[in-house]
Amino acid sequence: MAKKIRVLIAKPGLDGHDRGAKVIARALRDAGMEVIYTGLRQTPMDIVEAAIQEDVDAIGLSCLSGAHMTLFPEVVKLLRQKGVDDIVVAGGGIIPEDDIPKLKKAGIKAVFGPGTSLEEVVKFFEHAAGK
Amino acid sequence: MGENREELQRRLKRWEETVLAEYMKERPESRKEFITTSSVPIRRLYTPLDIPPGHFDQKVGLPGEYPYTRGVHPTMYRGRLWTMRMFSGLGSAEDTNRRFKYLIKHGETGLSVAFDMPTLYGYDTDDDEAKGEFGTCGVAVSSLADMGVLFDGIDIGEISTSMTINAPASVIWAMYLGNAERRGIPFSRLRGTIQNDILKEYQAQKEWIYPPEPSMRLVIDTFEYGSKLVPQWNTISISGYHIREAGATAVQELAFTLRNGIEYVEWAVDRGLKVDEFAPRLSFFFNSHNDLFEEIAKFRAARRIWAREMRETFKAKSPRSWWLRFHTQTAGVSLTAQQPETNIVRVALQGLAAVLGGTQSLHTNSYDEAYQVPNEKAVRIALRTQQILAHETGVVNTVDPLGGSYFIESLTDFMEEEAYKYFERIDKFGGCLPAIKKGFFQQEIANSAYRYQTEIENKERTIVGVNDYVTDEVSVPEPLKISKASFENQLKRLQSLRRSRDRQKHKKSLEKLHDVAAGKGNTMPAILDAVRAHATLGEICSVLREVFGTWKEPLLY
Repeated sequence: MAKKIRVLIAKPGLDGHDRGAKVIARALRDAGMEVIYTGLRQTPMDIVEAAIQEDVDAIGLSCLSGAHMTLFPEVVKLLRQKGVDDIVVAGGGIIPEDDIPKLKKAGIKAVFGPGTSLEEVVKFFEHAAGK
Repeated sequence: MGENREELQRRLKRWEETVLAEYMKERPESRKEFITTSSVPIRRLYTPLDIPPGHFDQKVGLPGEYPYTRGVHPTMYRGRLWTMRMFSGLGSAEDTNRRFKYLIKHGETGLSVAFDMPTLYGYDTDDDEAKGEFGTCGVAVSSLADMGVLFDGIDIGEISTSMTINAPASVIWAMYLGNAERRGIPFSRLRGTIQNDILKEYQAQKEWIYPPEPSMRLVIDTFEYGSKLVPQWNTISISGYHIREAGATAVQELAFTLRNGIEYVEWAVDRGLKVDEFAPRLSFFFNSHNDLFEEIAKFRAARRIWAREMRETFKAKSPRSWWLRFHTQTAGVSLTAQQPETNIVRVALQGLAAVLGGTQSLHTNSYDEAYQVPNEKAVRIALRTQQILAHETGVVNTVDPLGGSYFIESLTDFMEEEAYKYFERIDKFGGCLPAIKKGFFQQEIANSAYRYQTEIENKERTIVGVNDYVTDEVSVPEPLKISKASFENQLKRLQSLRRSRDRQKHKKSLEKLHDVAAGKGNTMPAILDAVRAHATLGEICSVLREVFGTWKEPLLY
């Protein structure tokens, strides 16, 4: 039996909007993945440590408070500092168009905005884990 | 009447077997089931048979009279329009002060403050926890000095101010009071609202600091303080808005909000407060989502349930204690990033539902909010939408225009019955706090959110521009950026305050607060004294964190 894809869904920073993160966590689980949900108010370091400890294939970050430009790149930076380069990082939330290329440059593989279909997100993580 | 009902039943049966059956043979309906935004099935037709005998006398009645189904005031908008109150906050106190003045100039009639994330969690702008969060989704207020700048040049003795602040509500309120004091405006003249609804934070909005019990104590402290010293202030806005935004159905929003309201009243009565002394200052806040009739029915049911609970269960004598007065905000979660201009239409219809439902105050969302805190043009259009509702549509001409509609009355009754079923389930847990600790509300909300998303995914539900009527054209609203200078300005003010304040007075005020919090007394006077001594929001909340501890939620999805 193929190893299940493992994904960490995380809420960095102070943002309390967890509707999207929870819906995504459930959709990935229903698609047969192992999902670890961190809960709210995680620092980038909390997230990186959880990802390494849980040996995940990918991290999905969710932020709707506008702090994504600080928090998302910090997660990638800390992963690299720990010598991890095989965990894919994606993000979602209320993210202005202008910020998307900057986030991608900082190592965020995909950015999902409002209205993204669950199917698209599931496909992304399936693809990411099969890299 | 009984004979008429039988006659009508026969007539309906005949219609179904002849007119309807023949028509449907040729032209079947497009779907098997027609459902509301909350997935409630709606029937093809409603008739007088859906209204039980005696319904008007017992359940509908006249506006300004128990059970207030038709509105809390006898003349509603013929007497006075709802307050047009736009939720605003961005960057520094200066930035937001400018936005307030812009909105007042364009005709808004009440203020509403959105605070940034660090402020909502009781952290100062220069705290480590605040990194990257300054001013992004609200204004940063760390001190009395910031509060002074926020309302500079605005007559807070006249205009009413609503503040969306919860875990640190008593501290921010103390800053508002402290600022009024410095400007020589007596507390008795101040009008406004602090949201201060901590229960829905644990259930939905998730901006808590302390565990539930000490948090409830802080809320009741404000009830007690306000009823004595700030008599025109609403010390709570019991909020369904965030419960709905987190994914709840209309019924869940209604039921959880009103059950939370009952919980606050129970705690206040347990403290020894007299119900008619504090209940008139309880206010409510609901969401207005896409489904026009479902929303209207929800607002009408809410008024009726609250009036009954206050009069029958809590034996309140004053009609003002029976009134459910509420603010409404259109549903942020319904805004689409795709073809964002279509949001102007969604907001107008949601605003219409709020007005037809008898709201006292309204915020209309801006069309660019799936991207950012709104730019000036977007927020002006949102305000204009309310002005069009008020002055052009004619909906203000008569009170509760949909009262007596077979469908609306039947849906209102349905909402009420379903809410009471939830009350029973929550009571079985032993009330709201045990149900929060077991994750009951959180799981109910997450289940509904997932079902809604799955319906969109499976195209059982159409969202225009998202899963149907899609275009390739990308339309991005004009971006709004918070300037670095705002951040630096805010840091400078905070640092200068820390340097210039009277150290002894400051230290003593925090020690006093620590003692009061560790004991049983009302915390409000000590918090106000700390604010007067220029203690910051972060410093005050640190003291309370030390005494009360913090909260971690049960993890579930």
